[in-house]
Amino acid sequence: MIITEKKPIDEIKESLKDSKKVFILGCGTCATLSQTGGEEQVKEMAQLLRDKEIVGTTVAETPCDKRTLKRDLRTLSASLSAADTVLVLSCGVGVQTLAELTEKIAIPGLNTKFIGMTEHIGAFYQRCLACGDCILDETGGICPISRCPKGLLNGPCAGHMDGKCEVDREKDCVWVLIYKRMKDMGQLDKFRAFRKPRNYQISTSPQQIVWKKAQ
Amino acid sequence: MSFISSLEKSLATSKFTITGELTPPKSASIEDILDGARLIKDDVIATNVTDNPTSRVVMSTLATCHLIEKQTGLETIYQITCRDRNRLALQSDILAANALGIKNILILTGDYITLGDHPEAKPVFDLDSVQLLWAIKRMQEEGVDLAGKKLKTPPKLFVGAAVNPGLDPIEPEIIRLEKKVDMGTKFAQSQCLYDPNVLGKFMDQISHLDVKILVGITPLLSAGMAKWMIKNCPGVIIPEEMIKRLKEAEDKVKEGIKMMVEVVSKIAPMKIAGIHVMVPERADLVAETVKAIKASGVV
Repeated sequence: MIITEKKPIDEIKESLKDSKKVFILGCGTCATLSQTGGEEQVKEMAQLLRDKEIVGTTVAETPCDKRTLKRDLRTLSASLSAADTVLVLSCGVGVQTLAELTEKIAIPGLNTKFIGMTEHIGAFYQRCLACGDCILDETGGICPISRCPKGLLNGPCAGHMDGKCEVDREKDCVWVLIYKRMKDMGQLDKFRAFRKPRNYQISTSPQQIVWKKAQ
Repeated sequence: MSFISSLEKSLATSKFTITGELTPPKSASIEDILDGARLIKDDVIATNVTDNPTSRVVMSTLATCHLIEKQTGLETIYQITCRDRNRLALQSDILAANALGIKNILILTGDYITLGDHPEAKPVFDLDSVQLLWAIKRMQEEGVDLAGKKLKTPPKLFVGAAVNPGLDPIEPEIIRLEKKVDMGTKFAQSQCLYDPNVLGKFMDQISHLDVKILVGITPLLSAGMAKWMIKNCPGVIIPEEMIKRLKEAEDKVKEGIKMMVEVVSKIAPMKIAGIHVMVPERADLVAETVKAIKASGVV
């Protein structure tokens, strides 16, 4: 899922300094699961912004889905129309979807951090960089593109120590993990393979997928 | 037989080859490094010139190599990392290196950017060191760039890489060295070595590879430096005895160099091609170390 982190309240207050009537929008999917934009956090935010007029709050099912967000906003049209600003507690996609659907000022309440795995609430780990060309079959199911700071494709650099990465000794060297796993799986031949430079053309921003209608 | 460089010739014909290392100045004047080059000129066959080492901004390696060669006559080994340049910039610099008369090149992935003095910069790593070696192999052997486009005059460089014999686990490093040799690496310079047993084991494990090994030699200048290196430098293993000797020594620098002479005497018979002497910011100590090693008659 998309892992988000709360912005410091002072930064949010600064972004809202010209706003008088604020609507707070949470996210019922990723931000609810990572406890950054669910019911609780929306309520908490309304408390923190006592000095503003909070004209309404809601937790939309999936603010990143234009269809469901439109549906959810329709039921709130009265309170929403009173707002000059919507503070969105979701990833950046939710903020932008809201901005596309309304004329209101959209302010992000969270920072979007990464696509990650949740071990438990409060322990989230990046696992995918959305590179667009998955090679997990070649690397023992462990991703070097998102988990090696250098994104190396041909084995570890010479910076690992006690299995930890040169960039952060608290984090595992992913290539040592890949090596150990592939060795255990009898896949060292695959580990040895030379991997050519990545093709960045396939991940040029902005990415979009639009199905062509059958003729 | 014709050789690309004095380094290649030395590795092919001499019993023991010694290279040094210089860091370009954090300065706009080349004078700040020429004295260092002159100091070590008679002691080494060639000198590495580092590429924004530990991710700190210093003068461009390419220009520094050229000016050292032109103004002192000392042959250089042009270090190039994948941290700061994408595949276009890397290839154009390699073509320029050849045009400037540089003969040796050493390919590194590079330290990560957050370890240096511009931690907020964007890290590049478009290629890794193995992929850059592949690019150079294609340039030199097929006469094409990475996109397959023909080069009017292909470069002709003597190509090296780095290796770290003290890593644990070591097998991924050996596999990586195999890949580097497959991609045209003719010589490999190692991380600083203090324990001859570590090297002995490693040399046995790479005996199937056709590559000249230059072992990294950095005299320890104090017990504090030794402890710092054990904690911070991957693959550096320093015997306890060395730290004890440094603590007790009156002249620690002299003792540090003496211990390196002893290490070299033990590793010289191990099928290594020679040594690579590095002392950050201290060309004078590179010269002193090499002189001590030569004077001792161990090589």
